[in-house]
Amino acid sequence: MTAMDAQTIIARRIAKELRAGMLVNLGIGIPTQVANYVPAGLQVFFQSENGLIGTGPVPEEGMALRLLTDAAGKPVSALPGACTFDSAVSFGLIRGGHLDMTVLGGLQVDETGHLANWMIPGKMVPGMGGAMDLVCGARRVVVAMQHTAKGKTKIVKKCTLPLTSVRPVDLVVTELAVISFTGHKGTLVETAPGVTVQQVLAATEATLLVPDKVPEMQL
Amino acid sequence: MQTITLDKAVAMIPNGASLMIGGFMGVGTPERLMDELVRQGRRDLTVIANDNAMPGIGIGKLVSAGLVRKTITSHIGLNPETQKKMIAGSMEVELVPQGTLIERIRAAGYGLGGILTPTGVGTVVEEGKRKIEVDGSEYLLEKPLHADFALVQAFLCDYLGNLTYVLTARNFNPVIAMAAATLIVDAEHIVPVGLIPPDQVVTPAPVVDYVIAHG
Repeated sequence: MTAMDAQTIIARRIAKELRAGMLVNLGIGIPTQVANYVPAGLQVFFQSENGLIGTGPVPEEGMALRLLTDAAGKPVSALPGACTFDSAVSFGLIRGGHLDMTVLGGLQVDETGHLANWMIPGKMVPGMGGAMDLVCGARRVVVAMQHTAKGKTKIVKKCTLPLTSVRPVDLVVTELAVISFTGHKGTLVETAPGVTVQQVLAATEATLLVPDKVPEMQL
Repeated sequence: MQTITLDKAVAMIPNGASLMIGGFMGVGTPERLMDELVRQGRRDLTVIANDNAMPGIGIGKLVSAGLVRKTITSHIGLNPETQKKMIAGSMEVELVPQGTLIERIRAAGYGLGGILTPTGVGTVVEEGKRKIEVDGSEYLLEKPLHADFALVQAFLCDYLGNLTYVLTARNFNPVIAMAAATLIVDAEHIVPVGLIPPDQVVTPAPVVDYVIAHG
């Protein structure tokens, strides 16, 4: 499976979690792609933490406005009904329980649902940006990541990298499986098309609850 | 409010000053002030801002010119020079969750003794901080963050100093405007009094110290 295929599976599956009227924050990387698969006719509000609700598609060439950007500083457009605000309001939305769902990338998720996604000591220290607030405050935390990196599982027994939050995530979607967390326990709830439960478990270090019947992801 | 030339505004800033600088990945950063700080070669600055932008843009220009001794920020991921200087030990980097950073600045500007946030509880962020329980939930006490100067990019500024901001160039600007001893504003347009409807003023004129004159 190519990397592109994996990312598409993950983004398409997470788009199925969107509901009408939701306020949703998409992180950079795979999470951003979720916006490409919003079901037709479904109104979802996407927040960009630099101060925008109603982020629209990338403008056509020559139409970019330097003062209307996403959290990476790249030009975006705004949908009808969009609104802008300062960073205190932006994080009030995030921390105050107003954000229905956040979709973030991950480096590790462990069997209690803890996420590490902001640094690899000594190697990569980009800073946490808004990740810690998002995981702390969003009503629902969804992790979009590949199941393994360089042949090593990212669904581990216990995170070895610094945690983003002690609040466990709700859902992890990889190119192999969907895992949901409740009460600090992970359950394998879906497998990707053509992937067996055994293949998922072989690529997973964490102990997961496995129901008798695990349905296939509907993409 | 006083108008001031760009070079005189930067001449007020001494070496070793702490600066809050508006902007998010360079969007909403007073770019002319960045260029003038580089031209005048101000040194040993402490820069408090959302991020370090990237080389050649906004705060990235100060980093590349070696003017920054310390930065208090939430993200340096798109500025490899800040990361290199941090690893080499030539620049101190204090990483703060974005929502905590803006609230620490707000606390300073609004006269609060700090804020209580759940963000960071149980992570490396809580090291050295007081944990306070309120109604059964744990919070970190995050102290106010002050600065010597706030460098703000506004959209409109009227002759009195009332300010508006635009789209995603707003970000940290109206919050840092309240939190520094001296506020220096660069506005895209300076307009007659009355042109900004009262409801649209975001930063009230009395908090503005200096506005950089145009042309």
